Amino acid sequence: MKACVIVFPASNCDRDMQVALEASIGSPVDMVWHRDTQLGDYDLVTVPGGFSYGDYLRCGAMAARSPIMAEVIKHAERGRHVLGVCNGFQVLCEAGLLPGVLMRNANLKFICKDVALKVERNDTAFTNGYTAGQTLTYPVAHHDGNYFTDAETLKAIEGNGQVAFRYVDNPNGSLGDIAGVLNEAGNVLGLMPHPERLVDPLLGGTDGKPMFDGLVKSLAA
Amino acid sequence: MKVKVHVTLKNGVLDPQGKAIEHTLASLGFGGVNEARQGKFIELDLAETDADAARAQVDEMCKKLLANTVIENYTIDIEG
Repeated sequence: MKACVIVFPASNCDRDMQVALEASIGSPVDMVWHRDTQLGDYDLVTVPGGFSYGDYLRCGAMAARSPIMAEVIKHAERGRHVLGVCNGFQVLCEAGLLPGVLMRNANLKFICKDVALKVERNDTAFTNGYTAGQTLTYPVAHHDGNYFTDAETLKAIEGNGQVAFRYVDNPNGSLGDIAGVLNEAGNVLGLMPHPERLVDPLLGGTDGKPMFDGLVKSLAA
Repeated sequence: MKVKVHVTLKNGVLDPQGKAIEHTLASLGFGGVNEARQGKFIELDLAETDADAARAQVDEMCKKLLANTVIENYTIDIEG
């Protein structure tokens, strides 16, 4: 399986993502600079956490219009997989690959803590390492994780089963307790919590590891 | 040609920052503030000299970058 991590100015979870992917894949994972205009033949493209472009204008707004994102959109349109975590989720929403938008947390505070999540479905490449209904713990670290869409879009998302993860105890005001959402085809996932930060017992847990192992299982040729 | 763009949250979209402003104004003794909504103001200086062309250009800019139309409305003011 071939995977890469997109790197923007002020990405700061890019190395964590690379380490997590390499541990599951067992071979090197490329870092791809945001100004690049070509994307290699990857099974999985990841958009990492951070504060791309200093969150100027809106979180993810500038990154979503960077040259490499046009290629990431084509990659997704070909049915290939894309994973966005935290700022990466914001970027995928701004790029139109996922519905909705991430707004300022309802309590206006930066939230940095472990949260309990419920796995809504395990029939995707991202979640097949879990069981549906399982509760797990991922860390969150964000100021703008308050998921919002208009009522009509929310109804469609729920109707299509596009919710991958929900907060057990909603920390940020997200509509429908949504922590992670898929596109309609199920090949693009964005989530605010950080699976890549919990892939080694030394880091306090391994609840994130099944996501990466599951991706390898699904996408390895 | 100078153009002013106001980007505001759509009605019905929760504005926690506006709420915080509201509460702080109240605690400073400014009574009677029914609501505060926070938005963005962007000034552009365009090479374009035709007002209609400038408006069309900025409308495109708003749709593609300056506003997220899932949650935001925008208004464009052309300065003569």
